[in-house]
Amino acid sequence: MSGWLLYLPSFFMVEFLFYFLSALILGSALMVVLNRNPVNAVMFLLVVMGGAAGLFFLLGAYFLGVLQILVYAGAVVVLFLFIIMLIAPQTKLKPSPGKTTFAASAAAFALLAAGALALAGAGSTGVTLGEAAPVGHLSKEYGYYLFSVYLLPFLVAGFLLLIAMVGVILISKRFPREEQA
Amino acid sequence: MTALSGTIPVFASLEGAPIALKAWILGMLENMGMPEPFLMLVSIQLSILGFFSVFLLLFVLASWFERKILARIQNRRGPNRVGPAGLLQPIADGIKMLTKEDIVPVAADKVLHACAPVLIILPAFLAMAILPYGKNMTPVELEVGILLFFAVSTATELAVFMAGWASLNKFSMLGAMRAVAQILSYELPLILAATSVVMITGSLSLTAMVEAQGGYLLGILPNWHVFTPWGFAAFAMFFISALAESNRTPFDLPEGESELVAGHMTEYSGFKYALFFISEYLGLYVVCGFAVALFLGGWQAPLPFLTFIPSWIWFFAKILCLVFVAMWIRGTFPRVRVDHLMNFAWKFVIPLGVMVLVSAAVWHLAGRGPLGWILSLPPLLIPYWLMARAYGRNYDAGGRVYRFAE
Repeated sequence: MSGWLLYLPSFFMVEFLFYFLSALILGSALMVVLNRNPVNAVMFLLVVMGGAAGLFFLLGAYFLGVLQILVYAGAVVVLFLFIIMLIAPQTKLKPSPGKTTFAASAAAFALLAAGALALAGAGSTGVTLGEAAPVGHLSKEYGYYLFSVYLLPFLVAGFLLLIAMVGVILISKRFPREEQA
Repeated sequence: MTALSGTIPVFASLEGAPIALKAWILGMLENMGMPEPFLMLVSIQLSILGFFSVFLLLFVLASWFERKILARIQNRRGPNRVGPAGLLQPIADGIKMLTKEDIVPVAADKVLHACAPVLIILPAFLAMAILPYGKNMTPVELEVGILLFFAVSTATELAVFMAGWASLNKFSMLGAMRAVAQILSYELPLILAATSVVMITGSLSLTAMVEAQGGYLLGILPNWHVFTPWGFAAFAMFFISALAESNRTPFDLPEGESELVAGHMTEYSGFKYALFFISEYLGLYVVCGFAVALFLGGWQAPLPFLTFIPSWIWFFAKILCLVFVAMWIRGTFPRVRVDHLMNFAWKFVIPLGVMVLVSAAVWHLAGRGPLGWILSLPPLLIPYWLMARAYGRNYDAGGRVYRFAE
């Protein structure tokens, strides 16, 4: 039995998985934009979320990975599906993208490319993976950072969500006086 | 190990038997000159094979057991033709399912239609990997175990939606909408109930939760969470929500055959339908496994002198007891109405779930003892009493009227 073949998986597993997941995320993200069936687009978005969670798992940040699945795949995508289900007919496709869409996406891509180039030009941040991973790895550490160092952004985000919730209630509530008018 | 384990060597050796078996196979492979990475892979595969085969066997048994129990409740005999006492009935069913034609509607979204049955069975298998089956017998020791369970269980609602949407059938769509609404609503009380245990244990790891329930009060009473005021309420909430999550009666509205044919499963046949069926039972086992690990002491023995029986036997015995209760409920409760189901979740269980958190916090501060009991009961009993009174005010069931059975 050729021994090197058996060694192959453990040496290249992490790198292989990284490139595999990255390709999966990029390909699915492209399909989210290009697919003309809204439900299929959301399903590809689901694959993107799952792939991102896989990358977190690969970094050892299990907590972040699980949260990614829980919040995005579990809640956000399901809400998207509900909305599509309510507003879009089941067999109708989205219209093909027009010139404006192409121009907008080209501009967005140019911005993204510029950002990526700037990041690459800036070089490494000096934070190694071993230093960065534990923050997302242990839920206790994560909670500590959330409630001490990043308390203000956390509270602001919480208030934003509260405002959104009140707004939803206000919009969906029926006022009897309006109905009479 | 107590003194008794010395006198009954069978039980003492059974305790570590699965681990010893795995170590034996790995040792044999190592002697054959297999390299280290390969052994690592085999070690992972052996664990996976272990719980796959055990749970599939349990599924086969459950499908027979459920029909026998339902028959018993309904004063029938149940399956009794294939094999002794109908024991081979599941095998006959399996062959039948595999030989049926696989029908895909012409107008269906073919890819999503095929993906849904696969996706629906995935969460159960993923969640099995983190269950603590016994002492040192957690296949994947994950620091965020309980969160992973909730994360993967959301895949169920996506799969149900995919099945309903891809079938392009009104019954499927309605069933899927009902199912998604139901699963979303009952996920909240499920998470709230589990959060109370997380608060008490101070960890998201299932192993830590089971270990926190070890030991015996006064040397005889088990330290399980279900024997505390908040734990009992949380366990009841968890079990009810678990039944709703796994679409079991009395919450099997999404597939209510009297109004929706079979809900999201209407357009499935053959083995794809069987996958939905399997996932329902596996889901029930898994969710019962989590209930056992969270509230019923996991693999801990109920009484101190029973610790000689291996931990994994206790774990599976407790799971089977809970599954039996679920079957019992299926045999005796009528299906609830859609609006009742939603009102029950949002107006009763979820507010009570928040109070369970308050009660658990009080228990955490007051400690396990008389003071804890006195202080943690009011946050549960007062809202329960108030809500029951408020909701029952305008309800008059009237006298029971028999039309034909006089």
